[in-house]
Amino acid sequence: MSKFNMRPDKNPMPTQPPLVRNKNFEEVALGYSEEAAIDEAKRCLNCKNKPCVAACPVNVNIPEFIALAVEGKFEEAYEVISRTSSLPAVCGRVCPQETQCEGKCTRGIKGEPVAIGRLERFVADYHNQRSEQKTRAVVGNGHKVAVVGSGPAGLACAGDLARLGYEVTVFEALHTTGGVLVYGIPEFRLPKTIVEKEVQGLKDIGVKFVTDAVIGRLFTVEDLKSEYGFEAVFLGTGAGLPRFMGIRGESAKGVFSANEFLTRTNLMKAYQPDSATPMFPAKRVAVVGGGNVAMDAARSAKRLGAETVYIVYRRSEQELPARLEEIEHAKEEEIEFLFLTNPVEILTDAENNVKALKCVRMELGEPDASGRRRPVEKNGSEFELNVDCVILALGTSPNPLMKRTTVGLETKPHGEIIADENGRTSIEGVFAGGDVVTGSATVILAMGAGKTAAKAIHEYIQSE
Amino acid sequence: MMYRILKRENLNDTVTRLDVYAPYIAKKALAGQFVIVRANERGERIPLTIAACDRKNGAVSIIFQVVGATTMELNEKQEGDSVADFVGPLGTPTQLDGLKKVAVVGGGVGCAIALPVARALKERGAEVTSIAGFRNRELVILEDEFREVSSRFIMMTDDGSYGEQGNVCMPLNRLLEAGERFDEVITIGPLVMMKFVAKTTEPYHIKTVASMNPIMIDGTGMCGCCRVSVGGEMKFACIDGPDFDAHLIDFDEAMKRSKTYAPFEAQAREKHCNLYKKERN
Repeated sequence: MSKFNMRPDKNPMPTQPPLVRNKNFEEVALGYSEEAAIDEAKRCLNCKNKPCVAACPVNVNIPEFIALAVEGKFEEAYEVISRTSSLPAVCGRVCPQETQCEGKCTRGIKGEPVAIGRLERFVADYHNQRSEQKTRAVVGNGHKVAVVGSGPAGLACAGDLARLGYEVTVFEALHTTGGVLVYGIPEFRLPKTIVEKEVQGLKDIGVKFVTDAVIGRLFTVEDLKSEYGFEAVFLGTGAGLPRFMGIRGESAKGVFSANEFLTRTNLMKAYQPDSATPMFPAKRVAVVGGGNVAMDAARSAKRLGAETVYIVYRRSEQELPARLEEIEHAKEEEIEFLFLTNPVEILTDAENNVKALKCVRMELGEPDASGRRRPVEKNGSEFELNVDCVILALGTSPNPLMKRTTVGLETKPHGEIIADENGRTSIEGVFAGGDVVTGSATVILAMGAGKTAAKAIHEYIQSE
Repeated sequence: MMYRILKRENLNDTVTRLDVYAPYIAKKALAGQFVIVRANERGERIPLTIAACDRKNGAVSIIFQVVGATTMELNEKQEGDSVADFVGPLGTPTQLDGLKKVAVVGGGVGCAIALPVARALKERGAEVTSIAGFRNRELVILEDEFREVSSRFIMMTDDGSYGEQGNVCMPLNRLLEAGERFDEVITIGPLVMMKFVAKTTEPYHIKTVASMNPIMIDGTGMCGCCRVSVGGEMKFACIDGPDFDAHLIDFDEAMKRSKTYAPFEAQAREKHCNLYKKERN
């Protein structure tokens, strides 16, 4: 048996067949077998310069964990990932690997890169399925820290602080913990049992979770510090405020922010017959936008029974910001892509129901500030798309509540909290990280920011 | 989290008051704010305006009319039972600063929400004229409480079975025509009623505020479901409201939006009624 597997292609990921899965909410990708994982791990050349590690936002030691996987030492591989990542089972599923680790993989120069994401997922699932939650008794240090928001940033921050002995309380506004992992990312891409397992792991090491707690209203940040004795507060409240386009017809019945559409399905489980939360019975759907959220909304709409689902995106396929795998999966599931197409008006009937989406064709002009070629409207190219539902997936901004209720908290014009590279905000003892600082970004960046802030909070409290 | 029901009272055949143990909310809530309630696990999240707070006993009161499956579920709760979730206080409190003379106009179960506003105004020393409208005598709620906080109280019923016959706009218009002036008119009730209250005050240029209660899910600014057009701008009732300038609200649009799930709601109500009948047989 040779040491390396020199086949140019990744081991394929087994999936549910497209036309079966586009009618259910079960996970699409089924995961590698042990054999496939070892075979894939052997494709890693264990490069000396480790370009993949540098391209990972939290610098997971990728060649090291893969080398252990080659030997079948999956628990040890998991330990390596855990040194720098809090949510391996989540990141293995939702990271945009093609622009991070896999994008820099040496094997990608001639052929496909090593399937690092799939291997991470395999190793994490292997661990989760076999290991009993090991409750390592942590000796408390008597210091209290509040974490606001139980999404990726908050969970990572809480975990690291709890392991250092802090008494951590996580406040969550919704009735379920997990933030965007629960209300945003659908079950078919990230099973909620994985998120529950992560939260349970934190509870096992003593982290307290308080749901139904809207910080800013129930308690202000100041209350947490002065009245309830938290020495530091971490704000990981995400970017939850949906953007609209400002075109006519956005108040029509059948127009939804992707947040609303996904919250109804994911958080409220509106796809299950026993859920009390209603779902709009859409037959022909246009999803506006090209990111992961747009793909999630389109694929959810299809699963909920829509006959035709379009993705309407104003740039071309090359500029689509969604993960490659999600785009491929969406196409396989018969989502129709309309590139270089921009909505200009939502047309309605007398009862204010959506009747059609009026669009114009675009062409690509000169590069804009983002470096992508700016889409320019083609004269006289207006046309109507016959739909009864429009879902807007145009990105989100931080919720203004925290700024409005926290005196002295400095923010940028779109509401992002201003924080330094260690997560320090304009208020002493108040830290922030994740989407609330960067605007909507990725799970792994938020997790990384939570970990960085945990370190800074530790230093802050120890120096007091 | 579970929230215990301390007290239950049937205000009339379809309107119920529940006092829920939520001491932290009781401590913070101000007039005009609301809570999101989920009766049971797997239940829907619905917004209900806070009707009263008892800070000493940690009780927050909600008053609701049984209109659909979720309010039916909530209505089955007895003293000692719990609701699954009780989130708040949400929304921006009603702005009462500087108001000396105010008309509070409530309709139906909306009176339950108008009452704490009238009470807060009275506590601040304002002169309050309250106009309460109901379909008929059987549906009248909170009359004594209103009289207690109002320097003038006008009761209206659609069928004339109690108080004066007619809608709430009639006495309001009469007062305005007679030269009565208010610093502000605050109206809470069915959308169509609020629309016409706004139309009544508009010619007199009296600032009028309506409390909106659109469909919501999270109630924290996340879904945009509760958007309302105010002066041509999109506002979220959950964080920008629920109070808005009634002369700028697009009520017709709001009425249409409120019917988004009407067929689903009718079906759910039917299903729930049948289940309930079965259980009782």
